[in-house]
Amino acid sequence: MIDGQVSTAPAPGTAAPPAVVEARGVHKVFGQGAGGLHVLRGVDLTVPRGTVTVILGPSGSGKSTLLRCLNELEEITAGSVHVDGELLGYRQDAKGVLHRLHPTRIAAQRSRIGMVFQRFHLFGHMTALENVMEAPVQVRGLSKRTARTRALELLDRVGLSDRVGHYPAQLSGGQQQRVAIARALAMDPELMLFDEPTSALDPELVGEVLAVMQDLAASGMTMVVVTHEIGFARQVADHVVFMDDGVVVEQGPPADVLDRPSEPRLQEFLAHVL
Amino acid sequence: MSVPDLAEPTRGGTTVPEPLRARPVPRPGRWVSGAIVLVLAAMVAHALVTNPNFRWDTVWLYLRDVNVVRGVGWTLVLTFGSMAIAVVLAVLLAVMRRSDNPVMRWVAWCYIWFFRGTPIYTQLVFWGLISVLYPRLSLGVPFGPELLVFDTRTVITAFWAALIGLALNEAAYLAEIVRAGLGSVDTGQAEAARALGMKESRILRRIVLPQAMRVIVPPTGNETISMLKTTSLVVAVPFTLEITYATSAIGSRTFEPIPLLIVAALWYLLITSVLMVGQHHLERYYGRGFDDGGRAGRRRPLPAGPGKQAAIRAASTTRDDPFAEVTP
Repeated sequence: MIDGQVSTAPAPGTAAPPAVVEARGVHKVFGQGAGGLHVLRGVDLTVPRGTVTVILGPSGSGKSTLLRCLNELEEITAGSVHVDGELLGYRQDAKGVLHRLHPTRIAAQRSRIGMVFQRFHLFGHMTALENVMEAPVQVRGLSKRTARTRALELLDRVGLSDRVGHYPAQLSGGQQQRVAIARALAMDPELMLFDEPTSALDPELVGEVLAVMQDLAASGMTMVVVTHEIGFARQVADHVVFMDDGVVVEQGPPADVLDRPSEPRLQEFLAHVL
Repeated sequence: MSVPDLAEPTRGGTTVPEPLRARPVPRPGRWVSGAIVLVLAAMVAHALVTNPNFRWDTVWLYLRDVNVVRGVGWTLVLTFGSMAIAVVLAVLLAVMRRSDNPVMRWVAWCYIWFFRGTPIYTQLVFWGLISVLYPRLSLGVPFGPELLVFDTRTVITAFWAALIGLALNEAAYLAEIVRAGLGSVDTGQAEAARALGMKESRILRRIVLPQAMRVIVPPTGNETISMLKTTSLVVAVPFTLEITYATSAIGSRTFEPIPLLIVAALWYLLITSVLMVGQHHLERYYGRGFDDGGRAGRRRPLPAGPGKQAAIRAASTTRDDPFAEVTP
């Protein structure tokens, strides 16, 4: 059985500023019993504020699942995830007993974490502008006027000020993904998660999305990116994590991990990708 | 088909060369079938108009009769009233069926099982008899003292019995339509909304339900048209003011049942035609943002610019691919 203990939160008041993401001993099993699929097998991940972490790995290695655990889209089986010092999904009382949080509380936690999906998932019945305005108005309770001004700024930032009235079906994949990034940014997130943001795009459209992400990283956003774009990892990442079979195999600065890989599995992976 | 004016350059800035001129494929089948249908239609029209048994003068007279028009009014009230109640109940039932709460799921399942499983006529008879079965209605503590007591006959009149009977039955059918609609929306939509921190109730109301409407509206329009005719069964309650009963009452009084049946049929046909127009507009509204070859779904026309892919799709000559890419 998997250890059900929750590790302690990063001690408050220590010298180093608390990391935005502190994942400790994260396990994820899909299904139950002997037939369960053990996708994450004890993953630790620390993402300091203002840094970009790129997660690499072959398909099925659990990298997308890990990302989805960082904003509660998947409930973890064991371990703990702290975002901005706050335990995700649970409350620990004075006796150390865990209580599952109410869905409303979990929704509030998620509202501070932006997520960009491989398949964009823009709301199909809303224009680009309405997509970006939706959460600030519905979740934060912003006035439509304020939300609109902010949404126009964000769409301008991702280079789409001339597409605000378009429905997703009238936009290219690259444009849709940039709207999706603006939509996530509209909630002023502490952390942005990217789940293979360019994998569903035609090759010539990848660049425009990566450029927006690079710009975002330069502005100091804390980002965790699951991708196959080694070039992006080399250029933008502060930290590269290589996962295989549900564990972190190797991690470190991109120069070390990508150019001087020590693990044979990583060497093999890079030989296939590069 | 029109071809672009040769003098005017297209959006790409190039002039289109002179379009191909060719003789179209001959289609004699169209002319032959057209002629046959025309002759048959003329024969049917002739047989209808010249047959004195139809009494068209009586039809025309009673088409505008005050009792008939009032009957039309009641039929419309029953149709729209019961559909309105049924839609609200149906959304509730559909959400209950998809709920995490097993009690809710079970309650909704039983409701649908019962109201779909028994004839509407029987249900209407029971609603008509409710004041016999339960002469008094009371509000109070369950199994305990009563606080407010009503005489059933004054609360549930024949009209309310008819309305409730039709609505509760219809809700069961509509619930399944709504459930299918909710299931048709890509789960990524709810997931994206969840990632933005939206609550489940809001995701349903703002994201899932509006997109499900695209699937829900066409069969609901069908159900509304069906309901229009089902209202004639409220005679089982008995409620006797709607159009079918009103016309047949006149018909048996004047010994002219056939012209009066035609009167009712013409009214049903007219209302159905109007409903179909309304359905068309509803479908267009809820289809917004979903490309269907440019025939529907846009509140505003495609702006000029590199909407090349959209223009190709609008021509309806290629298969629509939701993940089609375009290079701006």
